[in-house]
Amino acid sequence: MRRLSGSGVVVALVLLGGCQGVQSALDPAGDQAGGIAGLFWLFLGVLGAIYLLVLVLLVGALLGLRQRAATERRLTGLLTAWAGGTTIIILGLTAFSYGTDARITRLGDDAELTIEVTAKQFWWQVKYVEPQPSRSFETANEVYLPVGVPVRFILKSQDVIHSFWIPNLHGKTDLIPGRVNETSITARRAGVYRGQCAEFCGFQHAHMALDAVAVPAPEFEAWRESRLKPAPTPTPEDQLRSEGLQVFLTSPCVMCHTIRGTSASSRVGPDLTHVAGRRTIAAGALPYSRGNLGGWIVNPQSIKPGSQMPDIQLEPDQLQALLAYLDSLT
Amino acid sequence: MNRMPRTVPGREEIARDGPWLSEAETHRRLERTWETPPGLWGWLSTVDHKMVGRRYIATAFVFFVLAGILALVMRLQLASPENGLVSADRYNQLFTMHGTTMMFLFAVPVMEAFAIYLVPLMVGTRSIAFPRLNAFSYWVYLFGGIMLWVAFALNIGPDVGWFAYVPLAGPQYAPGKRADFWAQLVTFTEIAALAVSVEIIVTVLKQRAPGMSLNRIPIFVWGQLVTSFMVLFAMPSVMLSSSMLIMDRLVGTHFFNKAEGGDALLWQHMFWFFGHPEVYIIFLPATGFVSSIIPVFARRPIFGYTALVLALFATAILGFGLWVHHMFATNLPHLGNSFYTAASMTIAIPSGIQIFCWIATLWGGSPRFATPLLFTIGFIVVFVLGGLSGIMLASVPLDLQVHDTYFVVAHFHYVLIGGAVFPLLGAVYYWFPKLTGRMLNELAGKVHFWLFFIGFNLTFFPMHLLGLEGMPRRVYTYPPGLGWDTMNLTATVGAVTLFVSLSIFAANVGVSLFRGQRAGSNPWDASTLEWATPSPPASYNFAHIPVVSGHDPLWEEPDGLPVVSGLRVNQREVLLTTAVDAEPDVREPVPQPSIWPLISALTLTGMLIGSIFTPWAVLWGSIPVAVAVTAWFWPKSPPETPEPVID
Repeated sequence: MRRLSGSGVVVALVLLGGCQGVQSALDPAGDQAGGIAGLFWLFLGVLGAIYLLVLVLLVGALLGLRQRAATERRLTGLLTAWAGGTTIIILGLTAFSYGTDARITRLGDDAELTIEVTAKQFWWQVKYVEPQPSRSFETANEVYLPVGVPVRFILKSQDVIHSFWIPNLHGKTDLIPGRVNETSITARRAGVYRGQCAEFCGFQHAHMALDAVAVPAPEFEAWRESRLKPAPTPTPEDQLRSEGLQVFLTSPCVMCHTIRGTSASSRVGPDLTHVAGRRTIAAGALPYSRGNLGGWIVNPQSIKPGSQMPDIQLEPDQLQALLAYLDSLT
Repeated sequence: MNRMPRTVPGREEIARDGPWLSEAETHRRLERTWETPPGLWGWLSTVDHKMVGRRYIATAFVFFVLAGILALVMRLQLASPENGLVSADRYNQLFTMHGTTMMFLFAVPVMEAFAIYLVPLMVGTRSIAFPRLNAFSYWVYLFGGIMLWVAFALNIGPDVGWFAYVPLAGPQYAPGKRADFWAQLVTFTEIAALAVSVEIIVTVLKQRAPGMSLNRIPIFVWGQLVTSFMVLFAMPSVMLSSSMLIMDRLVGTHFFNKAEGGDALLWQHMFWFFGHPEVYIIFLPATGFVSSIIPVFARRPIFGYTALVLALFATAILGFGLWVHHMFATNLPHLGNSFYTAASMTIAIPSGIQIFCWIATLWGGSPRFATPLLFTIGFIVVFVLGGLSGIMLASVPLDLQVHDTYFVVAHFHYVLIGGAVFPLLGAVYYWFPKLTGRMLNELAGKVHFWLFFIGFNLTFFPMHLLGLEGMPRRVYTYPPGLGWDTMNLTATVGAVTLFVSLSIFAANVGVSLFRGQRAGSNPWDASTLEWATPSPPASYNFAHIPVVSGHDPLWEEPDGLPVVSGLRVNQREVLLTTAVDAEPDVREPVPQPSIWPLISALTLTGMLIGSIFTPWAVLWGSIPVAVAVTAWFWPKSPPETPEPVID
């Protein structure tokens, strides 16, 4: 047992050291997650040392190492020292925790960009908020972030409690109906990171992910400009896509979704203006592809049972036209 | 307090125990007075704390097995990414039922069950206080558990998590009756738990053997006493909040509806004001097991008695001041969070003191590696790791990362299985001979221990890493390619190992019950009073009430305990002593067996289940409850015995 625990600790350290992932708290890509990861290693070092000390004492006791006779008096002295030592270590760790907490909280003070995230069963509505309404736009299940720029997130929920969490960038903040919460993220390393709802929110809690894409500032500006544009109307020559748009506008799709630049402007489901430019479908349930999109439209309830999207009945040629149209919305 | 038997004219003989009755005659008369009537009727109406305690223990272990099987199914579902063994709906019921059953129907009740059985024996009295309430408590607990599991079997089990956060559990997002079964189960188990707490508090404070002053109470009994007070303060909070939830759902109140001035976070505050102390309600009795087992197998008195008792009090008080660390991610004010960080960290100090005292006891003794000690050592190894990861959770920034991830799943299984189930299994090996008169098989016990220890770490250690690698809790599946696959599979292999080890345990219990080696009254050479009784104890526990003059009476008086006499042998009586010094005070009659606690529990069950479906059940259902309780408490003219209190 003793050897097992010892090797367990070694294995743990090796595994932790090798942590690299798109959804890992120990592979920080931003200031907030970086601060927390530093605090984690500090805690792990101190607490790991204490654990080893306890194991050593325990093993000593079990092996009956009694040469320095454990007199009541000596033990009482040791107990006092032990309690004192614990108190000092606890105070130290608490101080470091407060320090990190205060530092991370201040990071959001000079945010240059505001993103409003509204959680819904089971997806993320994302709104880039600018003072000029014409510069604001909506997307879903993805956030693009400029590297090095502090970003403020305003977090709301429309239905139940969710939690906004992109481990590589920051810890989580709950989205609570009737409350407005805030958090901030400063990305430092470009890359794609995966976030996921972290508060149990019903049937499809497991399929409520979002992508955070950190890109250099110029690239971010280009992306923002492209997202501000409405969807292009298919030219009359492009019969298939024109038909696809008509299918969209005359089928149940239009009851829930917006495509800017068309008359579809319902806000129940995600904004689809640039749906083909996203990495995933249905909040991470499927990677984006034309085929997956077709499967999703026809049969969402088998891919993500309990989602708000109903199964849509379409003729095969209607579906093909619709897919051709939607796939052009990059 | 010796008093000769005497006869009051016109009344039956007032017979008391004492030197004037032969040993055999004393036993014969006490048995006739205290025995549970034979047959089904007797079985249903018994008020013997040992029978009720055994039932409680057996029932709690049945729920443990059921909830364990649910856990195994969840692990099989998560063994590989995008597995289709169970649906999202079923999975949500699985983890809700697992958590609810483990917390409300296993962990808390099993600790109470041991208290019901052991505390009267350990303090040297013939009965638990309020024995009919005790029987009632068991039936309420049993019927609540049955209600929940029948609902689950009918596929209408709760699916909103054992924490039932609103608004997900509220009327709008949880249609049907699923969340109501959960909320009503809370009512059942809390009624049962509150009843037991009152019994334990009174038993400990008023029924201790003469001489067992406060500073001589066994640490196990201290643990149960402190826990019972925690129950009194913690449980009303969850009963109130679950009742508010039912009212929101059934009669349209708006306690948790923001639009009408309610608040979703109100639920979380009330739930965790109960929920965090709950952890210590499970853990403190388990530390009592550890403090009982270690000195016996180290063969020396426990080191740091006073420090251990003070640590219990410190833990209990601090335990009420850290619930907000479950809510750091809800963005409460930073100043408030800081307080809860400090409080949560501080609780490590009393826990550290306890660990030190146990290890110091082993240092000063010469350990004997029987199965109970193995489980206790396993407890230290596992629990300390869980406690240390708990210090991480106390820190706001660290908690924001690992909250609601598998890291937390790992943490609380390390503290709950490590802190409570390891000691509990040790306690079963330790006290099995007292309960049944037979020993459990040692070899099977050791195999059970090692498989359990290895299986446990294999299951839960990888979960720390899974959480840090971003895997959230309560997901019925996960995508491949996130680096989670191997660790999840490892955890599933561990879960199967745990299942095998517990099967060995079950077989050991089953076989040993009938074929185990016979145990004498004190097979482990232990020091506390329960080992002064035969195994299993007689219905009256002690033929003579012992007198205690130290922490470890059986070690201090190897030639037999001094006794007091003077309690009646032809009527149920216990000796009440003073709360601090345990000086003999008065003799108190003890109720006879009665069927009315069972009938009261049945009527209460009808009312509570009915009120899931209609509020009128509260009104009409209260009538049979009132009738049953009136019959229960109907005054029987007690024989007037003009006797002075014991001198």
